[in-house]
Amino acid sequence: MQRHFDEELRKLKDGILIMATSVDQAILESVEALKTLDASKAKDVITCDQKIDEMENTLQEHCLNLLACQQPMAIDLRFLTMAMSITTDLERMADLAVDIAQRVCELADKPLLKPLIDIPQLTVIAQQMIKKAINAFLNNDADLARKVILMDNEADRLRNLIQKELICDYMAKDPTTATRAVPLLLIARHLERICDHATNIAEDIIYMIDAKVVKHHPENL
Amino acid sequence: MDNLPIKMRAHGVDFFYGQHHALKNINLDIAKNHVTAIIGPSGCGKSTFIRLLNRMNEMVPNTTLTGKIYLDCLDILSPCIDPAEVRRRVGMVFQKPNPFPKNIFENISYGLEVNGIKNKQLIEDRVVESLKKSAIWDEVKDRLHDSALRLSGGQQQRLCIARCLAIQPEVLLFDEPCASLDPISTRKIEELILELKKDYTIAIVTHNMQQAARISDYTGFFLLGDLIEFDKTEKIFKAPHDSRTEDYITGRFG
Repeated sequence: MQRHFDEELRKLKDGILIMATSVDQAILESVEALKTLDASKAKDVITCDQKIDEMENTLQEHCLNLLACQQPMAIDLRFLTMAMSITTDLERMADLAVDIAQRVCELADKPLLKPLIDIPQLTVIAQQMIKKAINAFLNNDADLARKVILMDNEADRLRNLIQKELICDYMAKDPTTATRAVPLLLIARHLERICDHATNIAEDIIYMIDAKVVKHHPENL
Repeated sequence: MDNLPIKMRAHGVDFFYGQHHALKNINLDIAKNHVTAIIGPSGCGKSTFIRLLNRMNEMVPNTTLTGKIYLDCLDILSPCIDPAEVRRRVGMVFQKPNPFPKNIFENISYGLEVNGIKNKQLIEDRVVESLKKSAIWDEVKDRLHDSALRLSGGQQQRLCIARCLAIQPEVLLFDEPCASLDPISTRKIEELILELKKDYTIAIVTHNMQQAARISDYTGFFLLGDLIEFDKTEKIFKAPHDSRTEDYITGRFG
């Protein structure tokens, strides 16, 4: 039976897709700003965050309205509660893009400590995780969500690599590099946290589709 | 069933109205001091099922029942069991409140007198206790000799519950008890059911999914005479195992 409720759920999915695209763009631009040490571009990312915050409020309100008025059950209930959780994760990812942009502003008046290799690579992983997670959400694809979770190991590995390099090869040898190394170290940390949020989203999607809790239970993957 | 004590058990129950196979090999346990909800579309056999639990369907001609139904360890279908005794131990409240055309006091005392209780003090104590347990005492204590028919629908339904409680049953069966009530009366009955489960075992048939979700501990979904799924209520409404259950409770059915 066709339900009016399905149309509401479709609108909600569309809204989440638009929000995810904006978050993805914010992350990309914050790292682009880093590559070119472009403070103006970094400030654009910071300004645009307000729009993403508004999107979160609108989507959460939409979910609450549907919970209150439609009193959903089973898959519908899991979809709506996970949609709320996913928008929260997306908003936090956007906040991390702002954090990266703020680090770029700190770095903008100094030459780059080293050529950027691993940070752009970590950015690619973060973006792939977001895209895959959102595709999994839109297409109810639990297998794709599982792949996202597995990608997080590579993100952790890269972050550790960046951290080790900056501490051992730069700060330990020449403490005066700290003012340029610490912001890079934090950026790697922010990117890795973005990947953690993408993992959260993927875990929520698996719960939404299979009703299986994989969060804190990797053995259920 | 989490090793809970079982108050009633249906084992391999089949039921026919003439040739119509209304219930098919039903196996279902009703846990003591818990609320078990029976849901399903009209004609699925849910009312037929709970009516079997106090042998009400025997009054319908041309029906056949096979299988076993136990109340504790008692096989209630055994020929040597008096159906009236089963109905005393397993009370029923119906969809439409059906008070007797008598006063409020007599509505409760009548069942006691029919059951052979003559001690006036005992009857009075039992009437007061039943009305208190049914959360209607405060509303009727000053007009016990008014006609029960002058009460509101919600009050009449609570009076019917009190009438049921007076003869001290062990199990209470509710067949859509709120179907004809407004939301406030419905909420009062639901609160009452949650209170009553401390002392009684309860089975309720309801079309109201939210009601089943709010008040029951276990839920069984019936479809075309089959028990499709039986599980903890939160499992049924959060992540049912069977797609037919999911289709029904999300309104995709049909």
